[in-house]
Amino acid sequence: MADQKALFEFLLRMGDNSLILGHRVSEWCGLSPVLEEDIALANTALDLIGQTQFWLGLAGEVEGKARSADDLAFLRDAWDFRNVLLVELPNGDFGQTLMRQFLYDAWSSIMLGRLMTSSDARVAEIAAKASKEVAYHVERSGDTVVGLGDGTEESHKRMQAALDYLWPYVGEMFDGDEVDAAMVAAGIAPDPAGLREEYDAFVGKVLNQATLTVPTDVFHHKGGRTGYMHTEHLGHLLTSMQWLQRAYPGATW
Amino acid sequence: MYAQLVKTAGTGVKTREEMSDEERNFQDRVDRDEKIEPKDWMPDDYRATLIRQIGQHAHSEIVGQLPEGNWITRAPTLERKAILLAKVQDEAGHGLYLYCAAETLGVSRDELTEELLSGRMKYSSIFNYPTLNWADIGAVGWLVDGAAIMNQVPLQRTSYGPYSRAMIRICKEESFHQRQGYDIMMKMAEGSEAQRRMAQDALNRFWYPSLMMFGPSDKDSVHSAQSLAWKIKIDTNDELRQRFVDQTVPQAKYLGLTIPDENLKWNEERGAHDFSEPDWAEFFNVIKGKGPCNVERMEARVNAWEDGAWVRDGLLAHGRKKSAARTAAE
Repeated sequence: MADQKALFEFLLRMGDNSLILGHRVSEWCGLSPVLEEDIALANTALDLIGQTQFWLGLAGEVEGKARSADDLAFLRDAWDFRNVLLVELPNGDFGQTLMRQFLYDAWSSIMLGRLMTSSDARVAEIAAKASKEVAYHVERSGDTVVGLGDGTEESHKRMQAALDYLWPYVGEMFDGDEVDAAMVAAGIAPDPAGLREEYDAFVGKVLNQATLTVPTDVFHHKGGRTGYMHTEHLGHLLTSMQWLQRAYPGATW
Repeated sequence: MYAQLVKTAGTGVKTREEMSDEERNFQDRVDRDEKIEPKDWMPDDYRATLIRQIGQHAHSEIVGQLPEGNWITRAPTLERKAILLAKVQDEAGHGLYLYCAAETLGVSRDELTEELLSGRMKYSSIFNYPTLNWADIGAVGWLVDGAAIMNQVPLQRTSYGPYSRAMIRICKEESFHQRQGYDIMMKMAEGSEAQRRMAQDALNRFWYPSLMMFGPSDKDSVHSAQSLAWKIKIDTNDELRQRFVDQTVPQAKYLGLTIPDENLKWNEERGAHDFSEPDWAEFFNVIKGKGPCNVERMEARVNAWEDGAWVRDGLLAHGRKKSAARTAAE
């Protein structure tokens, strides 16, 4: 039997990533550069919120304290969130949003692929469902990164700026700690560091097609997946996301 | 429906004697309920009126994302957030079908967008009202989508084929949205004191603007008569408004909410409700740009379009590079 506390932490990491990114993407509603992008962004956000319901639902079950996915999403404060910093960063311009999406989707598609063979059938089942959606997300965000990177001089400049800004947040997705060690030992999830090679090869290929230069600095920010130190942005996101649940405790919606 | 005050092109209904052979033949087809398709002959005024009407409807779907988007980030549960996202996505999709239907009449989506952003074309007045509490999202589904369906159901039988087919698809999704909106209202009405207050507040603010969605009385309008003859319009504004009130009154009663109209009562003789007219002075102000949110809505659309110019240019430039490379390889 796997360490249930570690499993709970792992599930929060998965669910909080999709929750916070889904929220960020949903902020674009009605404001994108073309109608097809409005549809695609709403669709991406919808998939991510759907994945959140599964991951946080299972997290609540594993924790055994009768907390629902909604309780976990709407009634925790920033320090209890376990998403990587990358997903809580502000949307910026459309290029930054799509670059963030691509850098996350690429990781997510590899991660979900591995989780499909998890020793925990519930995890494998969620991963199998989510991986179908994410396969589409990564294709779309990758195509857009290529189109804009290799578009006009201005779009190239903006995409390179987005990559330079976001790259220091990529490394955190491959950090590991005792939670990951417990997941590896139980055969539930892979060692995050083990995904890096495939990620670099895939992302490198797409960014190369996009005529963008991958920064060489290996420094990366961290503190999201452990909850030790989020960015200032997360608190503001939670302020709006949790408003109704906080202002009217116990109400049914 | 989201098209109001669509000015019908032309000078009014012609008698058969005044019609050319082509016009007579066209009118006969419409009268036989045959669908007019893009390549068929049609009067210029029919084409122009349809472009205005479909364009206004499409713009309304696009601008209509904004008042709902206002609550996506504050939806109270994951399920409500997902439902609202799916709804807004549907609306953007409706915009897409409708722009495509308009394209079959020879006007591009970019041209129509330009008309919207310059203020030459309108969108429904309803989207110039704010969404201030969560029950507003319920009220928008229940009342605004309800009013839209009231108009769009008959338009499934409209004479122009592509428009009719778009309406059939749109109506299926809209009735789903209306049920979801009503479901939010039920939860609010059965909820805490604060939630009931939100629900009543939403109904108070959305009732008259919803009645305005059908447009002012058109019983004396020669333009409406022409649109009716062409089957671009199926019922008069007043008929639709009456049907909407009659449908909505029992629904409000079931929720335990009060419709903000002291004159509202069942008229046995007419077999319909009597009700107060909305404030048409307010309506014309909103149409002229003086509604509570006109400035913000247009600003949001203009900014989205202008801030997105580099994205559209970039993707087009990439597309050209790719096709040039393909040509070079051949």
